Order: sequence, then structure tokens, then C-alpha cells
Amino acid sequence: MITFENLTKTYQAKTVLGGPNQGVSGEIEAGGITSIIGANGAGKSTLLTIIGRLLAPTTGSVKVGGLDVARTPSATLAKKLAILRQDNHTTARLRVRELVAMGRFPHSRGRLTRGDRAAVDQAMTFVNLDDLADRFIDQLSGGQRQRVFIAMVLAQDADYILLDEPLNNLDMRHSVQMMQQLRRAADELGRTVVMVMHDLNFAAAYSDQLLAMADGQIVAHGPVRELMDGRLLTGVFGTPVQVMDVAGSPTALYCLGKACPPGLDCSQLPCCCEQPRVRVTLSGSAGR
Amino acid sequence: MAGYLGWNIRGNFEFAMQLRGATAGAMLVAAFAQAVATVIFHTVTANRILSPSVMGFDSLFVLMQTVLVALFGGQVLADTQGTPRLVVQTLVMVGFATLLYRWLFVRLAGGLYVTLLVGVVLGMAFNTVSTFLERLLHPTDYDLLSLALFGRLTSVDAAQLPLAFAVCAAVGVVVWRRRHVLDGLLLGRELATSIGIDHRRELTIMLALVALLVSFSTALVGPMTFFGFLVATLAYQLAGSHQHAQVLPMAFLLGVIGLAGGQFVLQHLFYASGFLTVILEFVGGIVFLAILIGNRKL
Repeated sequence: MITFENLTKTYQAKTVLGGPNQGVSGEIEAGGITSIIGANGAGKSTLLTIIGRLLAPTTGSVKVGGLDVARTPSATLAKKLAILRQDNHTTARLRVRELVAMGRFPHSRGRLTRGDRAAVDQAMTFVNLDDLADRFIDQLSGGQRQRVFIAMVLAQDADYILLDEPLNNLDMRHSVQMMQQLRRAADELGRTVVMVMHDLNFAAAYSDQLLAMADGQIVAHGPVRELMDGRLLTGVFGTPVQVMDVAGSPTALYCLGKACPPGLDCSQLPCCCEQPRVRVTLSGSAGR
Repeated sequence: MAGYLGWNIRGNFEFAMQLRGATAGAMLVAAFAQAVATVIFHTVTANRILSPSVMGFDSLFVLMQTVLVALFGGQVLADTQGTPRLVVQTLVMVGFATLLYRWLFVRLAGGLYVTLLVGVVLGMAFNTVSTFLERLLHPTDYDLLSLALFGRLTSVDAAQLPLAFAVCAAVGVVVWRRRHVLDGLLLGRELATSIGIDHRRELTIMLALVALLVSFSTALVGPMTFFGFLVATLAYQLAGSHQHAQVLPMAFLLGVIGLAGGQFVLQHLFYASGFLTVILEFVGGIVFLAILIGNRKL
């Protein structure tokens, strides 16, 4: 379980997370996939990086699996919590296997045991990297490189995995593969995955829970079906969104920004013929 | 190294050994300090172009000497020769570096680039002040000063060597025990933190060690801007691995080969006892420029 209380983050005079009077509080249950959704600048990545102890909050505290993120030694925390941001690069020329093996650092402190090597192999097999094991990282495509970093995080054997936009720069095929692999990591390996997602439908299709943020506050938090609501999402993103049922899955359709074709009206297509009438009030309380 | 020590000794063996032994010792210290400091600096700053001298160390050394001469005249350099001055110089430089890092990382929280920028600007400021002071100097004093400012591998005070060796050995032990942490630091702040490295703490420790090494080396044998860069760059190519367990010894070895081999060639083949460091700086500077131009994506 991840719990955070009264979190705020302020840069100079600008508050990017939390409000003037109260911070962001909430909890994310252990197990499954939780996606944080919201418009740009809503505080999604800020919240994720604070939970992942890459950023110190201005106020508030975070506990992951019972450990206080600010106080627990980094080495202890690394066995519980792994975080991956976008655009990872290294100055050194590393081979795939060497980088994945870095994920074992919390356990081995650099001296790999047989168990560590087995965990590395397992993680590479899990994301289908076996035939790339001896390639250099800079020789890989974006999708392959992303898989390598996911493998590294899996090899770390942490219960909680935080990912900042794991689908960034991936095409449809690789996005689907990535989400399937993360789904398997949650289901088969019992990891708790929390990630920032931009593609609402990918988030809805593969997550258990959604956490919607706007203006530095949590607007709603709950099961996917509950959050996939046109009026709610319209308020969260500040643009008309309509949710339709496609083969049993709630699917968000975005406004096209042009008038409805003849013979159709707004109930059938998410066209821009009307502005959203309802705005969700940003109360800051988790909607659960 | 043995070649440098033993080749072509004429006359009093003991005297030659004393002279060359001191130089050889200074070579070991300089090679170790420059090589290790540069590799660590490259690792923690996540680049392979900038070297510790960018942080203004050499300039501070020059400024300290210049101020000394400007205040007390050229004679003071000869009068204060010895271990106390070495220790004081080193302490001042480590103090300066630690202050700078502490101030930058804690107060500004500006990260590496601000630190580097401030280092560059301070280096320029020190240089400018030095140049200004040098213009005011008496020509004789200026002569004495410029003699003190170039690398003086061949005129090292042997009495300072034991201390230098001790410092290098101590730093060597600390660095060796942290070689895996250094490997992890290669991943950058965020990934290193994710795998459980206390990035800020390690960064401070490593930068302090770099400060210590560069200061000691500079105080002992004078400024060497590109030598560390030269051996570190070669070591990355030759070590065939990213692991510091291999890169660090390789860089040290290359440093010793570069200094001892260079001095051997200079002394015995060209019968000149010119400044080896000048040649090394020349070669290092050219390699630096070549890599800078060849590698546009910095």
C-alpha cells in the first residue's frame, strides 16, 4: 500500500501539487495497475516522482509498503520500490545484460551471485530480450531500449514499480506489447504498478484503477469503470470527452474540433458542436 | 618506469637515484591523482568532456601563487618551499571546492550544470585576477612565478612525497571500495536513486575526493589541464568495459606510462630536460579539441 498525506510541491511562488490550504492525500492499494491520468501540468509526474523519492515534497510525507520514503535509507527502499522516468540514458556504453544486471544492485551491491544472474535472465526473458542480451544500449530502437529499462526494474525485484509515461515514443504495436508485459508483471509476478499515462484508452484497457488529477489535485480515484465517465473526464482534461462502450470496454472518444457530419448529432459522435456544460468541481478529495 | 629510473646513469648512482626517484614518485602521484580524479569526475557529472580543471582548481592554484608573489615578492616562493605550504595549499583548495559544492547543492539546489557553470565562471575570474596581478609584478618576480606555475615533475621536493603517497593510498582504498557504487552512478541521478544509491551523498563524497586529488597533484607538480582527460579518454577505449574496477587501474597505468615514457624519451633521446607537462598539455589539448569537434552531441 502506498499512502501519501498532505503533499504539496511549490517552486518559487508557484504551486504545482496541492492547493494553498491543503495538500494531496490518498492511498494506492497494493497489487494491480493504477494509472494516473490528467492534462499536462496537472501534477501527475510530480506526484509520481515524489512517491518515488526522486523529488522532495515541500510538505507532506509518503509511505510505501510501510516505509517512510524520506527517512528510509535509499538502499533499503530500493528493495521495495523502483522508479523509471522517461528519457533514460547513460554516458557509458553498456550492454543490455550489464544494464539489466544493474537492477540487482540493491541485493548484490555490485557483486552478482548465481541467484542474481538467474533473476537477470528471468527479467530479460520476461520482456523478450534474450536475443538482444549482448547488444549495446545505443544500438537499440526506442521500443527495445524501453524494454531494457523495464527489465532492469523487474530484475530489481521491488514490490512497487513506478513508471513515468512508459508508452512515451512507442508505436501502437510496442505500446500493446509493453502494456501486456506490465499486466503480466502485475498478475504473474504480483507487482504493484503505478504509472503516469497520457493515452486514456490504453490506461483504461490495462489498468485496475485510475487516479485522475487536475490543477495539482486528485479529482477522482477508483476502478476504471467508475472513472471512465464522459462528464468527469471532460472536467479533468478541460476538453469534451465522450465515453462509449466498444465491445464491452469503456472507450474515450475525444472531440474532433469540427462540426458534426450531416445526419449525426452530439449524442452519437463526440464532435465539438457544444462546449462541455458541466465542469467537475475540483474539491481535491479522492472520489472513493 | 624502470627504464626511466635505471637507464644510462653516469657518475654517482645514489645521487641519480635520489633525483630520479623523486621525479618517479611525483609521476606516480600525478598519474594516480589526475587519472582517478578525472574518471570519477566524468562519472558523477555524467559527461566525458569536462574535467576537474574546469571547476577552477588550476586557476585557484595559479591565483594563490600569484597573490603570494605579489604580496611578498618572488623570494617568498623559495622561502616557503616544503610540506607546510603543500598542506595549506591543499586544504585551501579542498575547502574552496567543498564550499562551492555545498553552497551550490544545498542552497541553490541547482544541480550539476549550475555547478559547472559557476566553476567555469570562477575559473575565469581567478585567471583574470592572476593576469592582472602578474602585470603589476617586477620582471624577476614574474620569472620566478612562471617557473613555479609550470609542472615541475623534475624539481619535486622529495620530502613531500610520503605524505602524497599516503593521501593517494587512502583515496585509492575509499574509491576501490566504492567501485560498484561508481558503476551505479553511471546511470544518472534518477536511476541510481532507484537502485538504492544515495546519490547526493555519494556525489558529495566523490567530489570531495576529486578535490583532494586534484589539489594535491596541482600543489605538488603544478597545473595539468588536459593530462587527466587524455588518460581517462584512452582508458575508456582500452578498458573494454564500463566497470570502474577496470577503468580506474587502466587510467592510472596509462598515466604512469604517459609520464614516465614521456620523461624517458625527453631526457634520454632528445637530451633535453624541457617541460614534459607542456608537451602532454599540447597533445592532450589537441585530443580534447578533436573529440569536441568529432562528437557534436556533447
